[in-house]
Order: sequence, then C-alpha cells, then structure tokens
Amino acid sequence: MDSLLNRYRNVTVLVLVIMAQLVLLAYQVKSGNDVRLIRVWAVTAVTPLARTLEGIRSGVTNFIGNYITLHDTRQQNREIREQLGKLKMENQFLRSELSTADRARALSVFQSRTQSRTLAARVIGTGAGAGSKVVFVDRGSVSGVEKGMAVVTPDGIVGKVIAAFPVTSEVVLVTDSSFAAGVISQKSHAHGILRGQGSGTCRVEGVQNEEKVEVGEWFYTSGDDRVFPKGMPAGQVKVVRPGSPFEEIFVEPSGLQNGLEEVLIVLEGVHQMVPDAPNASAAAVHLQSPPPADPSIPQAPSTTAAAPAGTDADRLRNRYKAIGESQNHKFGEGLPGSKPPDFNAPITAKPKPPVAVPPTPPADPQ
Amino acid sequence: MTYSGDRILLGSQRESQVSKFRPWVLFVVPAIAILFNFYIPLFFHFLGFLDLPLLVTVYFALMRRSPIAGTFIGAFIGLAQDSLAKNPLGQYGIVKTLVGYFAASVGLRFDVDHPFIRLLLGFFFFFFHEFFSWVLARALLGQQVDFDLMSTLVLGILNAVVALFLFHFLDRLRETI
Repeated sequence: MDSLLNRYRNVTVLVLVIMAQLVLLAYQVKSGNDVRLIRVWAVTAVTPLARTLEGIRSGVTNFIGNYITLHDTRQQNREIREQLGKLKMENQFLRSELSTADRARALSVFQSRTQSRTLAARVIGTGAGAGSKVVFVDRGSVSGVEKGMAVVTPDGIVGKVIAAFPVTSEVVLVTDSSFAAGVISQKSHAHGILRGQGSGTCRVEGVQNEEKVEVGEWFYTSGDDRVFPKGMPAGQVKVVRPGSPFEEIFVEPSGLQNGLEEVLIVLEGVHQMVPDAPNASAAAVHLQSPPPADPSIPQAPSTTAAAPAGTDADRLRNRYKAIGESQNHKFGEGLPGSKPPDFNAPITAKPKPPVAVPPTPPADPQ
Repeated sequence: MTYSGDRILLGSQRESQVSKFRPWVLFVVPAIAILFNFYIPLFFHFLGFLDLPLLVTVYFALMRRSPIAGTFIGAFIGLAQDSLAKNPLGQYGIVKTLVGYFAASVGLRFDVDHPFIRLLLGFFFFFFHEFFSWVLARALLGQQVDFDLMSTLVLGILNAVVALFLFHFLDRLRETI
C-alpha cells in the first residue's frame, strides 16, 4: 500500500488538493455563503500595499506635476515676450489640470445636490484576473459601507458593492456579466433589466417588442431592484433590434465613460423622478410649428404683405391693432373708464384715405 | 544563463536540473504578480490582458520540476487570486493547481530553458487556463459565460511573448544546483 501511494504520490497529492478546493467550491455554491475569513486575509494583505503604491503614485505625479508647472512658469517668464507658442503649450497643460479639477467639483456638486446620502470613495485597485470587472474602493464597513449598496458617479451608475471589508469594499462593475439592475426607458417608460456582458456594452432584457425604444434614448434606474434609487442615469441606447421573445437593446453605460477614479457610494438612496426631457448634454432644441389658424376667427389684415408670421403674441397684437383701427379707436388715448373697443366685433377693412397729389410747381418764367 | 542549443527534449533525467529559489523569491514574486493584476490595470487598461499570476505559476512549476511543488504553487496563487476577485474560492485555484501540476510534469521532459519551448508553453498554458476556467464556470458554477476563441488565441500569443521576457528576467533570481 505504501509503495503504491509512493508510486502515485504526485497524482495523489494533485487529487487531494483539487478535492479540497472542490469541497470549498461546493460549500460556497450550496450554502450561498462566502468564505469571508480567507478573503478578509487576502484583501487586508493586499490593500495596504495598493494604498502605499497609490500614495507613491499620487506623490510622484503631484511632484512631477508641480515641478513641470514651476518649470513651465519660469520658462514662460523668460520666453513670454518672444514666443507665443509656449503659452499655448502652457494653456494645454492647464486645461488638462482643469478637467481633473472639474471632475472632482462635479462629483462634489452632484453629492451636495442629490437627495440620496452618499459617501465619496477612491478606486484603489481592480480585481485580479484578466479582464476583471471588479474594482476595490478605499471605503469599507468602518465608513458605513455595506454589501449591496449602489455605487454611482454624476454620469451614471457604476456598479454595486459585493463585499465590504473594514477599510475597503469590492465593487462589481455594471459591465460584469453577473451585474443586473432594474431600468426604465426615458420616453416610453419601458421597464427592463440591465445586464452586463463582460464587454464595454450592457444589454437591456425583458422589454417587449411592442415597446418603442429608440437609439439615443436614455435608460434610468427604475428602483425595482432596491439597490439603485430611481432616476439615476444608466446609459444610452446604441442598438435596438427586434428579438425573440424580447427586444434586443444594447446600452453604453454612462457611468464608466469618463474613467473611474472617484465614485460615490449610496448609503441611503432616495428615489427621484425620471426626467421627461432628453438629457441636457444630448438635448436638441426643437421649436414647435405654430398652431393652424382657426377659420372661425377672422384674421387681422396683414400690415405688410411680406411680414413674417411672427409669434402668437405678434399675431394678437396685430389683431388688436386692426380692431382698433376698424373702430377708430386709438390705444393709449381716452380717459380711464371710457368705452373700450368691441373685441368681438368683426374687423372691417378701413378704406385707405386718398393720396393727396402735391401741387405742381409754377413754371419757370425764364 | 545559457540555453541548451537546439535540443528540445531532455536526453535523460540527469539533464533535468532542478532550479532552487530563495524562499523570499517564492513569496515576493507571486505577491508582486498578484499586486500587478490588482493595481496596474487601473491606470493602464491595455495591460489588463496580462495574467502575470498564471505566468509566474508556470515559471516556478517548470523550474522546480516537481509536480507536488507545482501543485501547491498553483493552488496558493490561484486561491490568492480568487480571494481578490468575485469568483468563489477555488475557481482559479483548481485551474492553477492543474496548470502547476502539468507545467512541472512538462518540465521533467522538455528543455524548458529553450526560448521556443517557453513561448509554446506560455501560449499553451494560457489557453488551457482560460478554457478550463470557462468549463469550470459553466459546468460547476452554472455561469452563462461565453468563450471567445479568437480573443483567447490572440491574448495567448501576447502572454506567451511576455512570458518569454518575464522568464528570462526571473532566471536571474534562481540558483541552479
């Protein structure tokens, strides 16, 4: 027996190790529980290193940034009288700095305006594995973060917390194939389920073919999933085609478009209204055509043949003016309490006064 | 380091030299590989294709030439990777255990110092890892994930090229006895 085990020692060890992991896997799948202790150990071991790396990176970036800024400033002082081109380079650099500041400000403004109670967090790492759709943020259960909380940016939803460790949380992104959220379309208010696909786009499932969803239309969270508050932008429709049994709708998630450095964790969500108007950034301004003229109402004669139609207020002013002229009434004259013109009386065209012919000058005697 | 010419298969067991590493190398290198996967793709998205923990597993298993050592190296790296991902613990662990075992078995028969063999093994084990992960996810965990063959082949080639340079670098850390 010993010699047999010795002979097949390698395979025996392999089988034992795999069996142990299969048991571990089966326990998690069967019970739906996670082996939290091992994860806490691993995350606790790795995140301080990631924080240190992030600190070093930020420090070096800031130092280099400051050095370049100072260097550019000195160079600008020397060359400002000679080269306008240097100013343009400086301007370009400042613009990139400004966009960074704008992003932080937008997050802060969004946080102060939204009714939901949120917590700002910084992304410090991605999940291990090629093409991972998981990130880690630097806020955890100590800050009040709990599993299942929504993670958003001012641009839209980002994902949800799948594990909260003491000072770190794990967030599954909206593009992950296991992600799902209830959404509602902006125009037709069609309800569906937003699912990640493991790629850059998401898919909205459960929308009937009869529902009219257009390309470019926005989807917002519906609040049905009890994770995301209603009214958060989810993404914009890129492709719509009929499918069986439901419509195939592909959406570009809006929350991940501008990079992912700072996010907000929704501690207490408050539902909002889904905006009826198109998103401001993509909104096109349409002016409605004027309503058709009512044939029962006599139209005021046009003052000039080529006068433009104008607005409703213009037409009303012209009509009142015509009524006044037909009844020999001059607006602005007359004492208070004097009889106003009859606005219900039909407008009669007033004959134009004959044009006076100027007398011909006497002929020159010479 | 010297490559052994054009020979690919080892003539005898005596030719298969076991590479020794200092203990800290066996801990620090996998930790750096895992940390790389955890942190770097955050700023350099294009590096997300790299599976450094896998390449490190393959390297140590090949060089140790011990299936038992390869099994444990693969299991530890895989479980560490699992605990930093959303996968159930064991998904990457099982796959990397198999990778470690087979890589060590291959190391017993092939001249793993040969660059062509390293390129080939880097590609093969990446493909094996991705395919087996997919099988495991579908069969054991019931996840509806797709297997993109073309994308996996391309990523396999890229990882194999990186493996060639990485293995060359890691060779400097080994002590041949």
